Amino acid sequence: MSMQLEQSPTTEGEIVTNYTINFGPQHPAAHGVLRMVMELDGEVIERIDPHVGLLHRGTEKLIEHKTYLQALPYFDRLDYCSPLAMEYSYVLAIEKMLNLEVPLRAQYLRVLFAELTRICNHMLNIGSHVMDVGAMTPNLWLFEIREDCLNFFERASGARMHSAWFRPGGVHQDVPLKLLADIAEWLDTRLPTLFEDAMSLVVDNRIFKQRNVDIAVVSRDDAIAWGFSGPMIRAAGIPWDIRKSQPYDVYDRMDFEIPVGTNSDCYDRMMVRVEEVRQSAKIMKQCLAEMPEGPISSEDRKVVPPKRAEMKSSMESLIHHFKLYTEGFHVPAGEVYVATESPKGEFGVYLVSDGSNKPYRCKIRPTAFSHLQAMDFMSKGHMLPDATAILGAIDAVFGECDR
Amino acid sequence: MAVLHSAPKYASNEGVIETLTGALGPMLLAAREEHGEIVLTIVRDRIEDALRLLRDEHGYQQLMEMAGVDYPSRPERFEVVYMLLSLTKNHRLLVKVNASESTPVPTATTLWYNAGWLEREVFDMYGVIFSGNPDLRRILTDYGFEGHPQRKDFPLTGYQELRYSEEDKRVVYEPVQLAQDFRSFDFMSPWEGADYVLPGDEKAAKQPAPPPVAEPKTTEKKGDSGAGEPTNGKAEEKVSAPPPDQKVTGENEKDAPKPTENRPDKAAREQTAQDTKGATEPKDSKEDGK
Repeated sequence: MSMQLEQSPTTEGEIVTNYTINFGPQHPAAHGVLRMVMELDGEVIERIDPHVGLLHRGTEKLIEHKTYLQALPYFDRLDYCSPLAMEYSYVLAIEKMLNLEVPLRAQYLRVLFAELTRICNHMLNIGSHVMDVGAMTPNLWLFEIREDCLNFFERASGARMHSAWFRPGGVHQDVPLKLLADIAEWLDTRLPTLFEDAMSLVVDNRIFKQRNVDIAVVSRDDAIAWGFSGPMIRAAGIPWDIRKSQPYDVYDRMDFEIPVGTNSDCYDRMMVRVEEVRQSAKIMKQCLAEMPEGPISSEDRKVVPPKRAEMKSSMESLIHHFKLYTEGFHVPAGEVYVATESPKGEFGVYLVSDGSNKPYRCKIRPTAFSHLQAMDFMSKGHMLPDATAILGAIDAVFGECDR
Repeated sequence: MAVLHSAPKYASNEGVIETLTGALGPMLLAAREEHGEIVLTIVRDRIEDALRLLRDEHGYQQLMEMAGVDYPSRPERFEVVYMLLSLTKNHRLLVKVNASESTPVPTATTLWYNAGWLEREVFDMYGVIFSGNPDLRRILTDYGFEGHPQRKDFPLTGYQELRYSEEDKRVVYEPVQLAQDFRSFDFMSPWEGADYVLPGDEKAAKQPAPPPVAEPKTTEKKGDSGAGEPTNGKAEEKVSAPPPDQKVTGENEKDAPKPTENRPDKAAREQTAQDTKGATEPKDSKEDGK
């Protein structure tokens, strides 16, 4: 961090006591490459100007140059803490334009793994939020759960993080029965033990509460006007969850609660996430109990390529396979905006098609954009160390924010 | 069309267009429903009023997202799309305005705080100007970046690349130099209206079609076709040999091969070969000299 005294242009050469510091872009509490230009009065924050875009990779531009299927793995690399939740909006947007039916087992699998992603994401966020305000141990314990989650992803898709497992029309491959059995056992044994253990160190901790309670209180109206979503809007007491109000896949069959905050401070945001982990586990158990047998992706061979084995004996399959992996499928012209409840909030994809095999425009709505924009308004009047707590409670990941 | 997909299901679109058409009146240019989305196109100068009306009177409380889209063939090439969400009605709306590089769009920062960054992004990516936005800086691109990268005429590779220079001990900006040509694969089927020349067809496409012939060639007269006199009785005569089944075969025939000779005076073979085993099997190792 660099510190400098500034000559204010308004006081004609007289040196004022406010000073400007650079928070980031290489700061461990910035959760990535965030640069915040802070104007401080002593240790009190007067103004924050977040500079985002340091991780801008032009994902949206790249997607315009790829076929629909080739563009899918870019979504894993947006919010790399919850990759499958990113793919979810994209595949649903394509399916909405194609009006493609997804088999029931695929819908259950997607919900199951989207919730596993939510747990995985919250483990990282809760852990790093707690560490930002000074506690080391819970983070290490939570990483053990995260490691389990990543192992499950690997067993389902072959990749620990960038799975590219959700596909338009379903999922790429079926999961082995043993994996489902192991997830069920994990949900009953390891997850509650490890998670409740770690949380017992945090939730009633005096130091943790001193650092979070009544920090960055946002009223209901402000939360709406700033375009908040996800845990940020729920902490403000608004029971808004897209999984509940605009259910996609089989979320309408799931029985779960939406935790809301009462005080709308950083502590509430953290506690909403803690409760969401328990609710996600509940959804996953229902998925495992109800999941039917059957195909795991649509049988529409004009969209979903056939499996390799089929290709070896059927000429039709060989042609479909070749055409889908070279030319790709065509999506009817039009535009849709599809938003799902990612672990961080509303993650949306605005897809414009011109009827060809490539998206004409793919606008990605990052969750962190509107939350981070409110950083200035939320931090005003708080102390410098509170900025890390506020940032931790926002749960910003810059792969997604900067795209 | 029946809804088969499992994308998020929000409140029904039924009657929404009628209600909003009445409410927006002359501010509305077009309204349509497509893929289950309601898209309203608004007069550019009235967008702020239209959004305020939608927010205050019709319960679309949140501006979730703003997107720019570039259609270079249109006279006003940009579209700015506002995604509105109603928390109370559980409904979504796409609201659009058209704009060009030189026609500013009224800002929405007076209605929603988060419009500030969203407008900055559309400005950064497309160069659409928002009049009234107090802080219309670039947001995602580099400090000092020039151009608007999401425009369709901006190349994917960009114009500048940067590297760390060991001599200067800092990052330097240089014009893009690709080690390998930028490859753009087009897998569109050439039978389904590809608007490009297939490799190998360049000459055919470039050559102008031959001019039409004034007098088309005919073969009505003998002189036109170059044909000779008609055939006469000599054509009936056979020139080649008759087919084999009509041929008379006999010893006297010329060029016939001699029959195989019978040789009764040849001496008989002394003995017949019996011990084939000894000839085929390998000899003992002793005989090999070991």
